[in-house]
Amino acid sequence: MSLPLQRRTFLRGTGAGLAGILATRTAPAFAQGTRLNILRWVDFIPACDVELKRQAADASKALGAEVQFEFINANDLQPRITAAIQSGGGPDIIHMLHNWPHLYEGGLVDVSDLAEWQAKDQGGFYAQSEAYTKVGKRFMALAHSIVPGLITYRKSWFDEVGATTFPKTYDDLRTVTAKLKKKGHPYGQTLGHTFGDAPAWAYPLLWNFGGAETDKNGKTALDTKGAVEAVKFMQAFWKDSCDEGGLAWDDTNNNRAFMGGEICATLNGASIYIASKRGQDKIKDEKGEPMVRDIQHARLPAGPAGSWSYHTAFSHGVMKYGKNQKLAKDFLKWFHGKDPYGKWFQVAEGFSVGATKFWEQHPLWETIDPPMKGFKTAPDNSRVIGFAGPPSAKATEVYSKYVIVDMFAKGVSGKPEDAVKWAAGELKKIYG
Amino acid sequence: MKQPISGGAGSATEVVALPRLHSTSPSGMTRFLESERMLAAILLAPTVLLLGVFIAYPFVMGVWLSLSSTSVGNAGEFVGLKNFIKAWNDSIFRTAFWNTTVYTFWATIFKLVLGMWLAVLLNRNFRGKRLVRASMLLPFIVPTVLSTFAWRWMFDPTFSVLNWLLYKGGFIVTKVPFLSDGVYGLWCAIVVNTWRGMPFFAITLLAGLQTISPDLHEAASLDGANGWKRFWHVTWPLLKPVTLVVVVFSIIQTFSDFQLIYVLTGGGPANSTHLLATYAYQIGVATGLLGEGAAISLFMLPVLFIVVWVQLRYLRKLEAA
Repeated sequence: MSLPLQRRTFLRGTGAGLAGILATRTAPAFAQGTRLNILRWVDFIPACDVELKRQAADASKALGAEVQFEFINANDLQPRITAAIQSGGGPDIIHMLHNWPHLYEGGLVDVSDLAEWQAKDQGGFYAQSEAYTKVGKRFMALAHSIVPGLITYRKSWFDEVGATTFPKTYDDLRTVTAKLKKKGHPYGQTLGHTFGDAPAWAYPLLWNFGGAETDKNGKTALDTKGAVEAVKFMQAFWKDSCDEGGLAWDDTNNNRAFMGGEICATLNGASIYIASKRGQDKIKDEKGEPMVRDIQHARLPAGPAGSWSYHTAFSHGVMKYGKNQKLAKDFLKWFHGKDPYGKWFQVAEGFSVGATKFWEQHPLWETIDPPMKGFKTAPDNSRVIGFAGPPSAKATEVYSKYVIVDMFAKGVSGKPEDAVKWAAGELKKIYG
Repeated sequence: MKQPISGGAGSATEVVALPRLHSTSPSGMTRFLESERMLAAILLAPTVLLLGVFIAYPFVMGVWLSLSSTSVGNAGEFVGLKNFIKAWNDSIFRTAFWNTTVYTFWATIFKLVLGMWLAVLLNRNFRGKRLVRASMLLPFIVPTVLSTFAWRWMFDPTFSVLNWLLYKGGFIVTKVPFLSDGVYGLWCAIVVNTWRGMPFFAITLLAGLQTISPDLHEAASLDGANGWKRFWHVTWPLLKPVTLVVVVFSIIQTFSDFQLIYVLTGGGPANSTHLLATYAYQIGVATGLLGEGAAISLFMLPVLFIVVWVQLRYLRKLEAA
């Protein structure tokens, strides 16, 4: 979607900041040589980072300051945030994942004014994006996007074992993928300490079998029959269906294994499809055909308690130690604006969806490949980390220590009851 | 007025007293520099400053953090030994402590045995000796993160070249879970640490070997000692002090190792390969619980202190004897 005029219209409408810049055609009075550093993850769609680097030049011109992006592995973001906050220096804006703004509240600037603007301008946030960035009554980060996780699978292999439609329940998934594992095509799932795919699988599995980290009041409620049933399923699924090397995988291993023709399916963002499409000359199936033609996506199957998902939400936090907080907020208003965001969104090609519902109307969805259409509304069934209680710093601590992921990892090789008891004990230490 | 110089041989001829170029009492600066105590202080100051800034300050901060409830963005307050007690009651901490001990013990043993063996071999004369000695240092020279990444690829759960070789060679029928099983993972880490640390042992022991006079070996040979006896009764006693120093260094470095495990396993699966350093990092830096992380890392201090103290005492005894 190209919205060059809309951006200007919007900017004039805001009445301050960039409107003034555009009206006077002069950059604001930031000291010469002022630099704004933004730290983000390395995107699984490399073209997105290329687009951001290009946008840095536009932003520099618009804001009258030098805008620079730095990209690092998502698993290294949390250590960098801690180091930056404690040393009182570092990037002016940092990419936040999940409910991290709750954990880093003390080091972040209140951006409620920007959140109010963005929600009004772009049709309101998805519940998940709002819950993760709003700490108490204040927005401590500005919601940016969501990377939905769907099961990426090889259609022809599923057809071969009689599954012409994707399994609707976890038990069906186990039955079908067990047949595929016997044929040398296991299901690929990480249970390692890695930011995206591991929690995106583990949390919904717990919820869909009726388990929960906490009750509605935020008190620990893990040691239940539902949690034990979820771990029991995982144990059987692991043995019957999965590539058991997944215990040591990070977020990239399943992409490589899938594109290498090693696994039949995996819970993932759309990066496998997009990479297979962009590299279809090289990424082929066993018949020598472009693998992308054989890739489909499906939502997580249902368990006895429903079919919930967990999608990784992203936001941007303005750091309290920063000397250019106004510039940082001006930049975010520009960066989250419809025009720059729209260009980036187009490049992401469905891998990232908006944090607001406005982006469901983007023309991209009209022309996107049929296997990608499911990503458009995927965030509508997402629960949040810490469910059934509210997202909180404690829930972020549970996530950061990978307690829920480790419960399943322990469960695949031990007694499910012991794994749940261990995790419940860890939760008690955290929640008190 | 000319004055005879007093003393001497009585009626000495007149001697002209030369005018003094400087006053008899040295200037303030000269006096300052001529004072040995001051000079020593000046010369030591940069070192003291560096040690203070880079060793003492972080150490004191670490101790303070471990006694506080500091978390990321929150100053925290004094909580006494609460963090230490919490760590001690933490099952992952106990696993990490055990792993650190096992990892240090076996890696040091392997490095010592293999390093000694390599040093003895390299102490002989053969063609290309210099080339072999230089190339032996490669694992030690390559940055740990880089070489560990290479090992991680070799142990990759899906595309491991080692699994491929073993499978093609008919040694296995299913993949060896190099990194996806905690026990295998820790042993893989020990192997990589041994590979990386062995050259340090070898080169240091080789230097020690070259200080041993060949006459001693010759005399032992004449007395009928075979290779093993010459090693055990001549080489080893003379090499003991060097060996102890190397072992002390190695234990300190291995016990506090971080990079290797962080890159190779990240402490997984399910925390089963964490060492104290990686677990402290996971809690303190990744999760932001700085007080608890500092307490975990400080558990290394008394252990290392005792090990080093015992070994250095032994070394002194050896030197005295």
